[in-house]
Amino acid sequence: MTANVSETPRAPLPESAERAGRAQLPGKTLRTDRWWLQPTLTVAGLAVFVIYAGVRAFMGAYYWVPAYHYLTPFYSPCTTASCAPGSQHLGAWFGEFPAWLPYGIIALPFLLVFRLTCYYYRKAYYRSVWFSPPACAVAEPRAKYTGETRFPLIVQNVHRYFFYVAALLALLNTYDAIMAFHSPSGFGFGLGNLILLLNVVMLWAYTLSCHSCRHATGGRLRHFSRHPVRYWMWTQVSKLNTRHMQFAWITIGTLILADLYVMLVSAGAFPDPRFVG
Amino acid sequence: MAYDARFKVWRGDAESGQLCDFTVEVNEGEVVLDIIHRLQATQAPDLAVRWNCKAGKCGSCSAEINGHPRLLCMTRMSTFAEDETITVTPMRTFPVIRDLVTDVSFNYEKAREVPAFTPPQDVAAGEYRMAQVDVQRSQEFRKCIECFLCQDTCHVVRDHEDNKRSFAGPRFLMRVAELEMHPLDAADRVPAAQEEHGLGYCNITKCCTEVCPEGIHITDNALIPMKERVADRKYDPVVWLGNKLFRRDKR
Ligand code: SF4
Ligand code: SF4
Ligand code: FES
Ligand code: FES
Repeated sequence: MTANVSETPRAPLPESAERAGRAQLPGKTLRTDRWWLQPTLTVAGLAVFVIYAGVRAFMGAYYWVPAYHYLTPFYSPCTTASCAPGSQHLGAWFGEFPAWLPYGIIALPFLLVFRLTCYYYRKAYYRSVWFSPPACAVAEPRAKYTGETRFPLIVQNVHRYFFYVAALLALLNTYDAIMAFHSPSGFGFGLGNLILLLNVVMLWAYTLSCHSCRHATGGRLRHFSRHPVRYWMWTQVSKLNTRHMQFAWITIGTLILADLYVMLVSAGAFPDPRFVG
Repeated sequence: MAYDARFKVWRGDAESGQLCDFTVEVNEGEVVLDIIHRLQATQAPDLAVRWNCKAGKCGSCSAEINGHPRLLCMTRMSTFAEDETITVTPMRTFPVIRDLVTDVSFNYEKAREVPAFTPPQDVAAGEYRMAQVDVQRSQEFRKCIECFLCQDTCHVVRDHEDNKRSFAGPRFLMRVAELEMHPLDAADRVPAAQEEHGLGYCNITKCCTEVCPEGIHITDNALIPMKERVADRKYDPVVWLGNKLFRRDKR
């Protein structure tokens, strides 16, 4: 093929695409639907979570309701001497923290990286933040693309480790939610318990529906017939896995709800409606 | 029930081309391929289009409709408003031959790069035995009609011609996964998936899954499981050590 094929004006294509003899189609996409809507909503949703979680993690207050032992998931485990008495379910491992250090510093980085390397969140931010691609059949803005073949994105392959840690932290959140059945007179049960429980159930659904979990329980096998128990587990995880995206968003909602509720009750904005105690 | 619809159909070849306007009759129950055929019969007898079964099973009639990679024969006209202008273009990712027909040989080259099914040496032909649960995962991938819409949509090659050399595309990474999950395949395909077929280029953004007319969960059931297998082998010292210590090669 000759180098300079045509004088007619047309949309700029990468030179390599012209050489490949592709049809010279106009524009970066011919889609006529509102393809930009989903990335826009995704960015908005992620931004709300990141900002909310950031503000709350650094607030250092209103994370514990002493009367009912409500502890927000953002401060669990609370392991510094600065934590309110009773909120240190795993004990105080450190001395006083300066005000700028989040009390949940032990867990938060793991939870952050767990979600950052999650296959669903990767899809979400690759599309909506990095525009790679912004939507299907809509051209991405950058000329070079190497995907997850090299540093830094090759590091996404460590996701499974963060899954293991996240599973431990889900156990801890479960423990926190059980310890919260408390009142000054012993056992207690209020609206806050329902919210904390809902959050824990959803966290488990999100964590267990993880693709690395699906692989570890049975996905890596070649012969399901030789491993009936693992095959059964894989089947269950696979069922959850089809809803992994929904759980990713639902847990953003329940985490904010649980934290907001603890914050408001702890700040005395309203009393926790109690069913028992 | 019949109405006149406005169409823009791309006509041209590798040298040049443009969107051409047509007004053409549409009847109840028709699909886009019917309209293209009516154009051939009435206004553009030399319009080139590839098709065969008109039943969504041969995978020939792949094109892009209003920018969406789709089968012409499976896209109902009733999904468009009557006053909508419908744009029909050839697949963007492959070289165009003429009008709506592209040269998809890229895909055949990539198909040849995947080594064929390799039966175990100690089992004679005719003695293969497999349990249904062991093959059912790969059976989903066998539904593929090789329309190459996923290959066309995948941004790795759609937006980056230079990646074609190192990236097999979702359809053939799925083929690698199919064989890797096959209970009787003796070949080791995991390192090659990453190093030769370019699995690392995939950023799991799921456009292949979105366009697949067979509804195969390419990303969730083939690509991500392959990425996890690659992580087992290349990026997970715990699994690596376990395999060394306990000789867990019987999977
Ligand atoms: S999921 Fe991977 S293979 Fe599929 S379209 Fe996206 S980048 Fe391409
Ligand atoms: S996987 Fe789906 S989209 Fe890709 S070639 Fe096969 S049928 Fe077509
Ligand atoms: S948490 Fe989303 S894939 Fe692991
Ligand atoms: S003509 Fe066979 S799939 Fe459309």
